[in-house]
Amino acid sequence: MGTITLFHYLAVAAVLFTLGAVGIFLNRKNVITILMCIELMLLAVNINLVAFSTHLGDLSGQIFAMFILTVAAAEAAIGLAILVVYFRNRGSIAVEDINVMKG
Amino acid sequence: MITGLFFYLFAAITIASGLMVITARNPVHAVLFLILAFFNAAGLFVLMGAEFLAMLLVVVYVGAVAVLFLFVVMMLDIDYANMREGFQRHLPLGLIVGGILLVELLVIFAGPGTTIGVADVDLTRSNTQQLGDVIYTDYLFLFQLAGMILLVAMIGAITLTMRHREGVKRQSIALQNARTREETVALVSVENNQAPESILPNNKSESKVLR
Repeated sequence: MGTITLFHYLAVAAVLFTLGAVGIFLNRKNVITILMCIELMLLAVNINLVAFSTHLGDLSGQIFAMFILTVAAAEAAIGLAILVVYFRNRGSIAVEDINVMKG
Repeated sequence: MITGLFFYLFAAITIASGLMVITARNPVHAVLFLILAFFNAAGLFVLMGAEFLAMLLVVVYVGAVAVLFLFVVMMLDIDYANMREGFQRHLPLGLIVGGILLVELLVIFAGPGTTIGVADVDLTRSNTQQLGDVIYTDYLFLFQLAGMILLVAMIGAITLTMRHREGVKRQSIALQNARTREETVALVSVENNQAPESILPNNKSESKVLR
């Protein structure tokens, strides 16, 4: 097995980030799953930050991971609130139905 | 040795549950696998010596965000089977993009300098104490800004989802306080064996005022 180095943690984070990115491709119609994929990607970023923080002996990485956690929580709350309001008004949250602004 | 064993355990479960999040047919199962991924990532954080962040991950993500997802998935009446069409069609493109991204990331991460071991951890003070030392000094304003972000998110979510329904009886404290004794209480002299005039059926308007 050998000793666990920084690369092992970075590899886990890379795989997790890729899974999040692929998940957005696969679940193009489901906004809730897309939001969950974004959470997965943020988790991968957090693992990266904490890994570097530990292996360089600098606490700044953990502080930044904490702020990312805060922003991710706020983003999830606002996103899901928008989703609930949209479903109440339109009766659907399929991505192709979200075209009022013709963007 | 035992650390390596736990690393591979946590990493394997994290990646497997991440895979299940993006492939699960039932979104409720996807949220539950997301919770499992968060728990095992917290285990990875503990292995890295970031105990405080690990607990924060469990409290914030599992306790708040994942439960929020679960609520929304269960509350909205959506045909999730219909949403999965296109899954097979987008699979090749997703695998190509994901494969390129993964290879690129791994090539970068496998570069020089990433095979270093753990720096010496200060074991005289706990991780939480060390974090507190810098949060309340060097990062004080950023910390307060994070609080403001959470406040804005809370107020935003409340104002977005709150709605006023028509025809619902509500207590109006201003109206209650504006009532005077004259319009509320009436002194009526009642004859013997006879109802007072104000509550007789033919005197409805008067009785309404008196109620």
